[in-house]
Amino acid sequence: MREVAIIGCGMIRFGELWKKSLRTMFVEAALKAIDDAGVDRIDALYVGCMTSGLFVEQEHLGALLADYLGLAPIPAIRLESACASGGVALRQGFLDIGSGNSEVVLVGGVEKMTDTDRVTDGLASAADQEYEVFHGVTFPGLYAMIARLHMEHYGTKREDLALVAVKNHKHGTMNPHAHFQREITVDQVLASSLVADPLRLLDCSPVSDGAACVVLSSLEWAKAHGKTPVKIIASAMATDTLALHQRKEITTLGSVVESGRKAYAMAGVGPDQIDFAEVHDCFTIAEIVVSEDLGFFKKGEGGKAVREGLTGLDGKIPINPSGGLKAKGHPVGATGVAQAVEAYLQLTGRAEKRQIKDARIGLIQNMGGSGASSVVHILEVV
Amino acid sequence: MPTQRHWREIPQRYRLEGNFCPDCNRYFLPPRLVCPGCGRKELTPKKLSRKGKIVTFTVIRVPPKTQELKTPYPVAIVETEEGARLTCQVCDCEPSELRIGQEVEIVFREVMREGKTGVIMYGYKARPV
Amino acid sequence: MVGIVGYGAYLPRFRIKVEEIANQWGNDPEVVKRGLRLKEKTVPAPDEDTITISTEAARYALLRAGIDPEKIGALYIGSESHPYAVKPSGTVVAEALGITPDVHIADFEFACKAGTEAMWVAHNAVKAGEVEYAIGIGADTSQGAPGDPLEYAASAGGSAFIFGRNKIVAEVLHTASFTTDTADFWRREGAFYPRHGGRFTGEMAYFRHITEAGKMLLEKAGMRPEDITYVIFHMPNGRFPLQVGRMLGFKKEQIEPGWIVPEMGNTYSGSSPTGLVATFDIGKPGDIIMLVSFGSGAGSDGFIFRLTDRIDEVRDLAPKVKEMLDRKRYVNYATYAKIREKIILNE
Repeated sequence: MREVAIIGCGMIRFGELWKKSLRTMFVEAALKAIDDAGVDRIDALYVGCMTSGLFVEQEHLGALLADYLGLAPIPAIRLESACASGGVALRQGFLDIGSGNSEVVLVGGVEKMTDTDRVTDGLASAADQEYEVFHGVTFPGLYAMIARLHMEHYGTKREDLALVAVKNHKHGTMNPHAHFQREITVDQVLASSLVADPLRLLDCSPVSDGAACVVLSSLEWAKAHGKTPVKIIASAMATDTLALHQRKEITTLGSVVESGRKAYAMAGVGPDQIDFAEVHDCFTIAEIVVSEDLGFFKKGEGGKAVREGLTGLDGKIPINPSGGLKAKGHPVGATGVAQAVEAYLQLTGRAEKRQIKDARIGLIQNMGGSGASSVVHILEVV
Repeated sequence: MPTQRHWREIPQRYRLEGNFCPDCNRYFLPPRLVCPGCGRKELTPKKLSRKGKIVTFTVIRVPPKTQELKTPYPVAIVETEEGARLTCQVCDCEPSELRIGQEVEIVFREVMREGKTGVIMYGYKARPV
Repeated sequence: MVGIVGYGAYLPRFRIKVEEIANQWGNDPEVVKRGLRLKEKTVPAPDEDTITISTEAARYALLRAGIDPEKIGALYIGSESHPYAVKPSGTVVAEALGITPDVHIADFEFACKAGTEAMWVAHNAVKAGEVEYAIGIGADTSQGAPGDPLEYAASAGGSAFIFGRNKIVAEVLHTASFTTDTADFWRREGAFYPRHGGRFTGEMAYFRHITEAGKMLLEKAGMRPEDITYVIFHMPNGRFPLQVGRMLGFKKEQIEPGWIVPEMGNTYSGSSPTGLVATFDIGKPGDIIMLVSFGSGAGSDGFIFRLTDRIDEVRDLAPKVKEMLDRKRYVNYATYAKIREKIILNE
């Protein structure tokens, strides 16, 4: 495999973007990324998007978006792994360049979520339709069942969950691209309406529109063309049973453990060498569980870690400096790529107020469904 | 949901007909062709017990369209006597009275219907004993 | 001899009190309670209907019968609230019980008599030697228009009876039916709630058909009311069955075990059949039990049963009516209106 790097990034501010269509959002983010990378060639396009068919009744995004970027006739495809669609698109770009097939690739993620009144139903299609969704369970419901058991087994407190949201909202105030750029308090989280007990509205990532893109090239090409590369030192993916109830353990996400293990092995680093992580906090409990399953904390101690401030910007392992899905927003297909955007900014010293000092190695983790798929990338300053 | 999609699941939804891997001692509903644990292809048909207990649960307050009339409603992961697990609604209870470990029986209820004129789909729910 | 080899009743857990309904419509609760001799009624959960009630009652009947469900050759459900206008209830129940595909199925409708009709046909299918076992079910999630006196009684529940020749619990000694064309209560196709002829539903409908059928049955059996241990009549309210019993010469003690209407309400097709189950719940071997149903339109089916020694063996194998009546959770009128779909919503 050849060495692969990110050489440029671009995203639009996430939010309820009433005036922008799916294609407009994507083209805006893509043009920013191409401009940031300063490239005049794109050999292939990989787009992560979860459910444009249901949300805006548009499939065939590869061709559509290549066309609107003026990139046709390059090969262009859309990848789907529920909320991990962006992550798998990034991995596809990595594999394409690593294999020597392409030299410069555009990877993007996009989701238009506010054009439909069926967001809950659309997102639920990432769970087992016949054996979970049929019975009326929703995504907040699945994570709520994880949360209840985590609280029961490990003594995680309701306030610990709230503190994840409080921290990520604080980080969001420093990110000009975040959907929410205002702080919230524990009391506000605990007073927000119940969505699926014990999860409340402010435990949930918002419904956002958005797009994010990165440009990848081989490290060799980046160096030869005077780019600012950040090396992808690991790309790993793992899966688990689609239905939560079929897993051996409900409070451990097997796909996260496995994708993390493979990524650490590939990168030759361990969790204690990671300077910051962007993880998939679709719900507050998800950040706590993932922070354990990636080995940052012992099983059951993720809640305590938040309470002790270990995951803040100046903590032992800053988690979600971008504001995470919670504050930055969660246009599902865009999320995995937006995590790469944040990592690229952090590792090139461009993260402004939320810049983590001396960050050299960052980990990004993107997850589909209730953890049936997980993608981990590790990036390193060159 | 198209009627044929529900019709295909009738043995599972009405009668809890799953299967079982004797090597891994794992139960599957719906029945599987391959055991995800060991790859065994000769799995034993097994009708699951209608007695079980709640492993974890939640109360859905923002429902999908098909369940709006029943909101708020509890959903649980239930473990049957033999150790099989399934996700279903919990009926005939006050959500605030539910507990992890609570004993339930599996009953036959309407699970969803397609508006006033569509097909009515029946299946399993848990009810505190 | 053909008889009942297994029986079961099912009642939902929700209840609404007569006071709650009376206060909603500005009626005096005490007058209503005294007039109709009703306290409360069962209310189906939003996910319960004739099909689910029939299934649970039939499951209990199977527990008591202890037979292989696949041996059941016929299944009949009588109801006036079949969830579909076109598409049988019986197929769902049969599939849930695991008795398809070698089975004959029909849904019956004859107002509140549909349940005993299903029993009558199931009994005769076995008697004719066509099938080894047949199951007859009466179940309803009864409708009564908001504000109509019917609303105080219209409730939900049902009972199932498996007929066969072996291991009989209650022998069928005699049957009789009395039928005329009398439109005392009806619901037209497409109408949501039934309508009725007010006081005409009494003397010329309920009382006439039950007393005539009852007399025919006693005559056929060569019995007098004092030969009968217990009797069950259709229970549209608390008052009528006591009154019709007196007219036929029965004492209150003979009626009481099956007179569950004050706490159950009128489960329409499931009314007298569930009264029969409640009587089986307390009966002793050798007891003679008479049942006369009534269905508007109008007709009555009568049965005389004799309990066998097996009653003592099967009684505790499934929940009893009293246990189900005692396990309850009250709802207010607003919740009742919501779950009974009396509120207009956007589709």
